[in-house]
Amino acid sequence: MPLLELSDIHFAYPGLEPVLDGASMRMEPGERLSIVGPNGAGKSTLLKLIMGLLQPDAGTITAFSKPRAEEADFHEVRRRIGFVFQDADDQLFCPTVAEDVAFGPLNLGKSKDEALAIVDQVLTRLSLMHLRDRITHKLSGGEKRLVTLATVLAMEPEVLILDEPTNALDPDNYARLTEILKGLDQAILLVSHAPDFRAEIAPEGYRLEHRKLVRI
Amino acid sequence: MTYVLTGEDKPLTGFGALRAAVSSLDPRMRIVMTVIYAITVVALDDLRVLSGALILSMWLLAISGLPFQKTLKRMAMMDGFIIFTLILLPFTMPGTPMFSVFGFDATWEGLWRATEIALTANAVILAVMTLVGSMEPVTMGHALFALKTPERLVHLMMFTIRYIDVLREEYLRLRTSMKLRGFRPGTNWHTYRSYGYLVGMMLVRAIERSERILAAMKCRGFSGRIVLLEEFRLTRTDVMFAGAMVLALAALIWAEVAYAAA
Repeated sequence: MPLLELSDIHFAYPGLEPVLDGASMRMEPGERLSIVGPNGAGKSTLLKLIMGLLQPDAGTITAFSKPRAEEADFHEVRRRIGFVFQDADDQLFCPTVAEDVAFGPLNLGKSKDEALAIVDQVLTRLSLMHLRDRITHKLSGGEKRLVTLATVLAMEPEVLILDEPTNALDPDNYARLTEILKGLDQAILLVSHAPDFRAEIAPEGYRLEHRKLVRI
Repeated sequence: MTYVLTGEDKPLTGFGALRAAVSSLDPRMRIVMTVIYAITVVALDDLRVLSGALILSMWLLAISGLPFQKTLKRMAMMDGFIIFTLILLPFTMPGTPMFSVFGFDATWEGLWRATEIALTANAVILAVMTLVGSMEPVTMGHALFALKTPERLVHLMMFTIRYIDVLREEYLRLRTSMKLRGFRPGTNWHTYRSYGYLVGMMLVRAIERSERILAAMKCRGFSGRIVLLEEFRLTRTDVMFAGAMVLALAALIWAEVAYAAA
């Protein structure tokens, strides 16, 4: 059973040329795929469709063996797929790191104490405990990126979606991110322009060209 | 706005970063005591009692561990807002004439009233700066929440704290890129139009960012409520501090009543 299956997705932003025109893809459990394509090809749009932030004009999205169409269908999807946004400032909106990491678990109905335990556990696992009580907007770019990953991992997703995670990372943080991702057991869907990074994390995948997805 | 956006300090850092001695006290108690203090001082009339209140505020500043000069400078900045009221008041209050300028009489009553306002304002603002201003804004948000301030208002404040710096950096980046392309502000249409574009661009970006933030929150299961984590504890020191403050205020009120009777 595939984790995620998109079939014949059509999508256009209102009043604009179509972005996707019959795109299909599938992802098996534990699989690591990357999506490549030129700027503006619709990669971010594709990810938003998967998360239910946009609705396709036609086509079906199947996630965890259930078709997903309505907003309510996607609540479960969002719990089981972790999405790391391109701009860390969009994702880290709580004042402190601990609160931001706890935000997801609290939304899942965990108690304060359980959430705090998860915060400590995730931050320890990623060796980020020293950032626990820092103010999020005062973190450096690299720290922000690693913390966004922690906020998503705190929800224990089965799939990780990463949108350009290596943007603006220095070599040290780049190496740490690579190491962390290699140590995870989640399935990963990666959008990245960095060939080295793709080769390390997810060498296989799809190319988005002419509004369709082509396996590479 | 330009001052707020381009000052040397990052906005909203305030004195919080200085780790003042007063910051070990419970923030909730500090906010409540500040409110009680402000209401009491505003209700006082007698100049001698108000001087007492100002001395009490100075004492607060002394034990707070905040830097004297910097804090007093900030207090003086507030005085800049009321200085014209203070100067004009002697000329507008009817009463016994003191001297006259261009045929306008300055009165003693007006002078006393102006002094009263100046003392009240400075005493209150100094207490606010030492007790509340020494808090990290985030802590203040949490304390307000613990004091049952409506959740929405607290979240509004927290989002402002979080994003004002992002917006400021966006503004500075845009300004730099304008400068690098030879933009020099002047009194002409080109300048007005360019500033219009700048503000418009910041608004558009702010809206787009807010949409991305909402999307990111939804992806993490946001359903309309944010739970705050911090918990506060009232210690013996807090109770003692609050007790001392109440005693001092009671003494001020007693002095006011005693002087009024005399």
